[in-house]
Amino acid sequence: MKLFKKKNYIRMNPPEAVSVAEAETPSIPDGLWIKCKNCDKTIYTKEMNEYKICPSCGYHFRLTARERIALIADENSFEEWDKDMQAKNPMNYPDYDKIIEKAQVKTELKDAVVTGFCKIGGYDTVLAVMDSHFMMASMGSVVGEKITRAIERGTEKKLPVIIFTASGGARMQEGIISLMQMAKTSAALNRHEKEGLLYISVMTDPTTGGVSASFASLGDIILSEPNATIGFAGRRVIEGTINEKLPDEFQTAEFQLEHGFLDKIVVRTEMKNTLIQILKLHCQKGVFENGK
Amino acid sequence: MENRAMEIVKKSRMVSRPTTLEFIEHIFTDFIELHGDRCFADDKAMVGGIALLDGQPVTVIGVQKGHTIEENVKRSFGSPNPEGYRKQLRLMKQAEKFHRPVILFVNTSGAYCGVGAEERGQGEAIARNLMEMAGLTVPILSIFIGEGGSGGALALALADRVWMLDNGMYAVLSPEGFASILWRSPERSSDAAELMKLTAPDLLKNGVIEKIIPEAPEGLAENLEYTTSILKRLLIEELNLLKSLKTEELLQQRYSRFRKYGEFTKEEHLSV
Repeated sequence: MKLFKKKNYIRMNPPEAVSVAEAETPSIPDGLWIKCKNCDKTIYTKEMNEYKICPSCGYHFRLTARERIALIADENSFEEWDKDMQAKNPMNYPDYDKIIEKAQVKTELKDAVVTGFCKIGGYDTVLAVMDSHFMMASMGSVVGEKITRAIERGTEKKLPVIIFTASGGARMQEGIISLMQMAKTSAALNRHEKEGLLYISVMTDPTTGGVSASFASLGDIILSEPNATIGFAGRRVIEGTINEKLPDEFQTAEFQLEHGFLDKIVVRTEMKNTLIQILKLHCQKGVFENGK
Repeated sequence: MENRAMEIVKKSRMVSRPTTLEFIEHIFTDFIELHGDRCFADDKAMVGGIALLDGQPVTVIGVQKGHTIEENVKRSFGSPNPEGYRKQLRLMKQAEKFHRPVILFVNTSGAYCGVGAEERGQGEAIARNLMEMAGLTVPILSIFIGEGGSGGALALALADRVWMLDNGMYAVLSPEGFASILWRSPERSSDAAELMKLTAPDLLKNGVIEKIIPEAPEGLAENLEYTTSILKRLLIEELNLLKSLKTEELLQQRYSRFRKYGEFTKEEHLSV
């Protein structure tokens, strides 16, 4: 067996547990110069405006919920709902309160989604925006409840609903209750749909796991941004199962468009106009209303 | 150290544990299996068809595992692909058309994880089932006979009643996955199983399930009739009860059943 024995080598200690998700977050740190995740070019931050797109390769950096709302909602039209709703600890997960608190300090949000009413190009709309900077926008009770309430208000007030999704999946620290949020949000969408109302889902980077297997995939119209990661199972999990490396384009927005799961990929600078166009096309009913 | 929760997880996964088709054989008569999703393929990890329950036509669907390696390979170890969930949806819509209740058997560690599953929209398939089940106008009963993992199990469990056998389990992911993702130590899966409250009594307490179906003291496989005779009686009783509801009441109760889940600081539910 000596043949297969490895020589002694120096063992490198792995770095202290930095959450993989956070380490890979391509968000913009404070500072004047940053490196583009995609093209490796150094970008002078002032060269990037509020759209946060790399001037040299067009890479879309992740936005916070507040930044997104500023780009999408008409000025001063956004009225936030359930702003202070916070998580409890249904599974008694050790230090869950501390994990939440840390994320709250970092993001100045109470949890991973911001919901409310706004006008977009003058059209009344319910808007929900998930924020990947808050625990990778995992869906626990607060995310599920706020999204459900937003959809229910849309149904009640006969308004279109637009959700910008981003999520690593279910919030495991809340256990089975986080799984139930998938059922709750999907059921709310069923009622919204039965009223003949419009739901637009915009999948942003990354939309995966339980969120991709619930409200994110249920839009009448589903949009995305270039190169956003979209998929159900984690890439590494699949690579581990099949024991080979997957191509770069696997589980990108372009891959999903090619396979028929997206209506359109929209660059960020065009997103608001595209939404206005879709809202406009739905603001009056088609003339073919059978049986009425 | 192995604890009670991990023991149950192991029991729920035993290869000898009776599968969906065996439950169908014991509880129903005149079963005819129907195949295919009419889009892509026939997923052998999901079985379904029409049968009689005490003389009443019902649609039965469930995740199918195997007792041997060969059969498990054919059945993807009970992890359905998108075409499996779409077959389930097709049969549920068929049940709705012919006013048959739907009875689902859950026994899966989760939806299949692979390149093809992603290409064909695993997320979309599960999401679609959830939304459609919320509005299905016939009663839906879901029974966890073994493992219940993640969205792949939930796709069969947006039901009016969710029951579980003594040694069934239901969790957001496997205890091994939980331990390795959150604690980076898969060897702590037993601790994870304990913490996750994934056993039938825990889930009953949390209101995730309504009933626990007993297994014979000598074991489920050793005396399946013990469990199926109880289950059959309960199914008949429950369907009689649900039959008396108007469609709107049925759908309202189903909506409320799932609407209640969540723990958060109470905020006034303001109207716009």
